[in-house]
Amino acid sequence: MAYSKELLDHYENPKNVGSMDKESEQVGTGLVGAPACGDVMKLQIKVNNKGVIEDAKFKTFGCGSAIASSSLITEWVKGKNLDEAHSIKNTEIANHLALPPVKIHCSILAEDAIKAAIDDYKKKNRKNT
Amino acid sequence: MKKLKNIYFDYQATTPVDPRVLKKMMPYFGEIYGNPHSRNHSFGWEAEEGVEVAREHVAKIINANPKEIIFTSGATESNNLALKGVSEFYGDKKNHIITCVTEHKCVLESCRHLAGKGFEVTYLPVQSNGLISLDELKKSITDKTLIVSIMGVHNEIGVIQPLEEIGNICRSNNIFFHTDCAQAIGKIPLDVDKMNIDLMSISGHKIYAPKGVGALYIRRKPRVRISSMISGGGQERGMRSGTLSPALCVGLGEACNIYTNEMEKENRTLTKYKEMMLEGIRKSCPDVYLNGSEEARVPGNLNLSFAYVEGESLMMGIKDLAVSSGSACTSASLEPSYVLKALGVEEELAHTSLRIGFGRFTTENEIKYATDVIVKEVKRLRELSPLWEMAQEGVDISKIKWAHH
Ligand SMILES: Cc1ncc(COP(=O)(O)O)c(C=O)c1O
Repeated sequence: MAYSKELLDHYENPKNVGSMDKESEQVGTGLVGAPACGDVMKLQIKVNNKGVIEDAKFKTFGCGSAIASSSLITEWVKGKNLDEAHSIKNTEIANHLALPPVKIHCSILAEDAIKAAIDDYKKKNRKNT
Repeated sequence: MKKLKNIYFDYQATTPVDPRVLKKMMPYFGEIYGNPHSRNHSFGWEAEEGVEVAREHVAKIINANPKEIIFTSGATESNNLALKGVSEFYGDKKNHIITCVTEHKCVLESCRHLAGKGFEVTYLPVQSNGLISLDELKKSITDKTLIVSIMGVHNEIGVIQPLEEIGNICRSNNIFFHTDCAQAIGKIPLDVDKMNIDLMSISGHKIYAPKGVGALYIRRKPRVRISSMISGGGQERGMRSGTLSPALCVGLGEACNIYTNEMEKENRTLTKYKEMMLEGIRKSCPDVYLNGSEEARVPGNLNLSFAYVEGESLMMGIKDLAVSSGSACTSASLEPSYVLKALGVEEELAHTSLRIGFGRFTTENEIKYATDVIVKEVKRLRELSPLWEMAQEGVDISKIKWAHH
């Protein structure tokens, strides 16, 4: 399969690999996918008191397209507020990385992961107010 | 270590033609152009001579008589002819076939075809080491059992089935024993008499001969009859019509001849390579599992699961090594391999599997380089893997409720 330059770059030099303290009030964690299906994404966001995503980290078990999709979305969400981040569409990721049709599900998973992380953050912070 | 480009590690998919084989073949593409079936002149005789010498070489490596060898286009055709040919000939007397869930698709599909024609087919399971259970085999035999088909060496996981024991069971129950030995020729000693084999399929391109040629061994004493699948001039004792390609037959013959002389030496080298690579990987990476029996296997096949690292991403990372993925995620289907599934390898581990195959032209330097590259990439991808992180934190991944999609 021929992959785009963007995809290969994110695969070879992924951005924002790592983990944040999932117990922290400021951190929202999304864990999506399943090992038996061949992909699992963990995506974390750190939100400041203005509601802006200050930092994002990921770890992904999956094919090169899954790794690249998660790396790309962590780049995109940084500096965005929660609503903006929530509205990122998988098609934007798929287009940017030129994902082949059989790999579109990787971009869907990345969209699911960011939404799950935002939900987690909101749930945590609703309880405290 | 110096970076190497494009190294071939897929010797189970196919092998390059050995230059010695090619050299023997060349005259048959040129000056020796007669039809080997022409009986009236020297052009035909010369071509026939080449074919018959080749037949002797093929017979010799399995301790058969040359009259028991017919040439085909490959193991796919041989497997089809063996199963369908025997079933058609004897089908009105016995109608039960026993095979195994991990057989090659051409055996499974032939059986499925025969099931559609009214044959009963039993698919034996395999144990976690990839081998069939002889007790299961004995238990599945009925007085209607016509033929048992079990391959010698597995293409995906490299395990060696107990052919002699299976042959004994078949012979004492008056059942034909067919074995697909596409991956076994030149890898393990084969003796059709000692192993009571009645039919054996052989492929050229797995043993350094060209693609498009193979052979089928068909026992003469006690005689095994088959119905032919291709109608025509009655070549190959009426069992496979069509003009033979002397060049291809000569290639297959020479490939067998080389193995008759060099199998032991080659196996020693490949065993050394296998140990180097396996130890090298295991020393640096925990949680790497060998699929299929560690003892009953050929040395040139390492089917490994690298837990917590998805196979396709690993293949991308080691892109200069031409290996094959056990996860099959590269193909349109996202299903992991039916073979690993049959072994009971959990789906999540099946997704982390690679088949690394090496052979005659692999060098020690390539093995060392590949080991280094694999270790480095597995470590890198594990640092990226949330599953690896959880495992290190002591989280039991199987206890998590995953949302299956
Ligand atoms: C075990 C086994 N059987 C049969 C075949 C088919 O052989 P051929 O390509 O010669 O038709 C192969 C190779 O793909 C094989 O590995």
